Amino acid sequence: MAKEMREPIETGCPDPFQYMHPVMRRNFGLWAYHEHPRPGVLLHVAKNGDKVWTIRVGTQRILDVFTLRTLCDIGDTYGEGYVHFTIRSNIEYMVTDEAKVDPLIKAIEDAGFIVGGTQNSVTMISHTQGWLHCDIPGTDASGVVKSMMDELIDEFKQANMPNRVHITTSCCQINCGGQGDIAINVQHTKPPKINHDLVANVCERPSVVARCPVAAIRPAMVNGKPSLEVDEKKCICCGACFPPCPPMQINDAEHTKLAIWVGGNHSNARGKPTFQKLVAAGIPNNPPRWPEATAIVKRILKAYKEGARDWERINEWIERIGWPRFFEEVELPFTKYHIDNWRGARKSLNSSAYIRF
Amino acid sequence: MAIDQYPTPMLDQLEEGPWPSFISGIKRLRDQHPEQRINEVTNSLLGQLEHSYETRKGYWKGGTVSVYGYGGGIIPRFSEVGKAFPESKEFHTLRVQPPAGNHYSTGMLRQLADSWEKWGSGLVTFHGQTGNIMFIGTNTANTQHFFDEINDYGWDLGGAGPCVRTAMSCVGAARCEMSCTNEQKAHRLLVNNFTDDVHRPALPYKFKFKVSGCPNDCQNAIERADFAVIGTWRDDMKVNQDEWKAYVGRKGRQHTIDNIISRCPTNALSLKDDDSLEVNNKDCVRCMHCLNVVPKALHPGDDRGVTILIGGKRTLKIGDLMGTVVVPFKKLDTEEDWESLVELAEEIIDFWAENALEHERCGEMIERIGLVNFLEGVGVEVDPNMVNHPRECSYIRMDGWDDEAVKWFDRQAEAS
Ligand code: HEM
Ligand code: SF4
Ligand code: SF4
Ligand code: SF4
Ligand code: SF4
Repeated sequence: MAKEMREPIETGCPDPFQYMHPVMRRNFGLWAYHEHPRPGVLLHVAKNGDKVWTIRVGTQRILDVFTLRTLCDIGDTYGEGYVHFTIRSNIEYMVTDEAKVDPLIKAIEDAGFIVGGTQNSVTMISHTQGWLHCDIPGTDASGVVKSMMDELIDEFKQANMPNRVHITTSCCQINCGGQGDIAINVQHTKPPKINHDLVANVCERPSVVARCPVAAIRPAMVNGKPSLEVDEKKCICCGACFPPCPPMQINDAEHTKLAIWVGGNHSNARGKPTFQKLVAAGIPNNPPRWPEATAIVKRILKAYKEGARDWERINEWIERIGWPRFFEEVELPFTKYHIDNWRGARKSLNSSAYIRF
Repeated sequence: MAIDQYPTPMLDQLEEGPWPSFISGIKRLRDQHPEQRINEVTNSLLGQLEHSYETRKGYWKGGTVSVYGYGGGIIPRFSEVGKAFPESKEFHTLRVQPPAGNHYSTGMLRQLADSWEKWGSGLVTFHGQTGNIMFIGTNTANTQHFFDEINDYGWDLGGAGPCVRTAMSCVGAARCEMSCTNEQKAHRLLVNNFTDDVHRPALPYKFKFKVSGCPNDCQNAIERADFAVIGTWRDDMKVNQDEWKAYVGRKGRQHTIDNIISRCPTNALSLKDDDSLEVNNKDCVRCMHCLNVVPKALHPGDDRGVTILIGGKRTLKIGDLMGTVVVPFKKLDTEEDWESLVELAEEIIDFWAENALEHERCGEMIERIGLVNFLEGVGVEVDPNMVNHPRECSYIRMDGWDDEAVKWFDRQAEAS
């Protein structure tokens, strides 16, 4: 006999005050200012003089329970038993006594974790699931990120970029990873291959048709069975038809490539939020270390670090120097694929006599 | 007990280098965990992952799994190569809602780890990009056991599928001097009002709430949330002239002009001859730049509230959309203010649920029907803050102009 099912307790999102560091609870909404004593460490001072030091730590993001317990042990022995996670999966320890900062950092580093990610650093790459768990990934986001962070670790630790750099990866064009100053995304380049024998059994055809962003899918009879067909000229290879219809196989060892986009900036500071723009594509999907993608990211970072003024994010730097010089500086080709070609694309075309030489 | 390990020559290379390796973590579960079930599941997972690395393809497909009473919240995963790697052929992820602002005690993290190693693979992520704690890897039967156990001590599933999704909020008032609102309250009030819509997917598509306490928008709400709440203020920015002058003294006038004064997007700042700062608050658009540079001297004003932007989303289906300002400024002081925030969200979700096509995000619907129809549908008046500029295209009928003009002047008179 199955055990008796009980109704779920629908509590939704938990109250954070029960898990919040007491000094943060006490000074909720009462902070006066912050300082950045060293990379990886923030000092927040409350109006009543209370102080809290935050130590930000990069991890492997996909945590096993051993690693999670190690992080907890450090928090109990050297911290004060409370942590906070950032949107980019860094873990933060809070302490109210300056004398605890150095021993805490030492314990973190001795355990193999990385202190950094604050202010003008290249902070942890926010990423999606990839081969470890998603159903339409063209690559393994966690592997790309691990390989890349190995090479960007000094930038994570040092905080000496012109402004903060947010990198994201996504394992398909749908781009769950979000906008980034630099975004490394997978680009499928061939339409899905359809296994017609399976479609009728597995796929709800109207909902697959509705899923396609460019109306490239039509219901069709193939070999006397109801199936689907794809207008390959229209298809932009996004893969959105795969989740509702796995017989529309989009994953492909040969034709899955990486593409790099730059200039996504979600802050309102100095300018309105911006979307990322394509700079490089056709980059081989080359596990286990993806060296080609990392090399381009490093080139972009180097040019940005040398060329940008203080406080300029990557999008602001490019706006100032112009795209022609950007492509020159990072030694990447400009192709017809860089020119937007949908209905609203004229907005992105140059309708002035502003020319860069 | 020793198990037959799948060789992982490619994954092994991800253990090199100084950044912590997720592969080493998975191997620890395979090699050192006392429970054989976990050794086997992670061994199988590594086998499949190595196979993906060799063949450059993914091998998971979806399906349907949920816990008793709910319709969503779990990402079901079945392996397409389960014959070769049988121990992880079912490897579902539970999306669990984190506390607003992502605060944890180590005690609670340990309790979650204990439950997860009892029922799952031992792999977990804080947090996925949608905001959930992601407990990665369990089979169908254990999904229910794990949920029951953590649900008993206060945790609930988030959303997956066409539903209200798990929300996100910045650290904000808990530790940030720029915070202009109570982020955790906005977060919890909004999402917990829609618990039923989180757990029983019945909307046209996903709907996300995200809350950032100021226009720095650390949660990336404008770009990624259907309903973005951004803290702001409408009176004068607070300037501590002594701290300001100390900064100018330390950094110099040229640095101050190059990095602060001339970077203001609306030229609202001026450095006076005595090194004091003059702010033209009428011109300031609250971009946050100058406050970010000198957080000791410059702070948000006292008359605080939020801006609400609707319809942000990522790529599928018509490309990326930013949220659009629908409420330029809203006070969130009294209980009535907070209730009306929730009412607005209800109004918007109801209108969208009735008018959207299947699989159409709120922002896409607005694009299809036009902002004005949307505003009329949810009962919000037009405001010049909603646009970058008025219309450019002259193809429009304007028979109703006079009535609309009267409405505007009536509203202006009422407000003053
Ligand atoms: C059944 C197919 C899909 C699955 C299993 C899936 C799974 C996921 C997962 C696991 C995440 C969190 C990623 C992480 O942080 O690790 C995520 C986020 C996201 N997904 Fe999907 N996804 C699917 C399809 C889509 C589609 C079709 C879209 C198109 C709009 C989409 C848009 C997004 C976005 C925008 C996010 C990020 C959300 C945010 O930034 O808050 N996903 N998805
Ligand atoms: S980016 Fe694509 S492959 Fe990656 S998690 Fe999102 S939907 Fe899946
Ligand atoms: S891959 Fe995308 S564009 Fe191509 S048929 Fe499928 S849904 Fe349509
Ligand atoms: S969005 Fe603003 S209030 Fe929230 S954490 Fe960021 S800077 Fe602070
Ligand atoms: S907040 Fe932005 S717009 Fe306002 S004065 Fe400062 S720099 Fe200018």
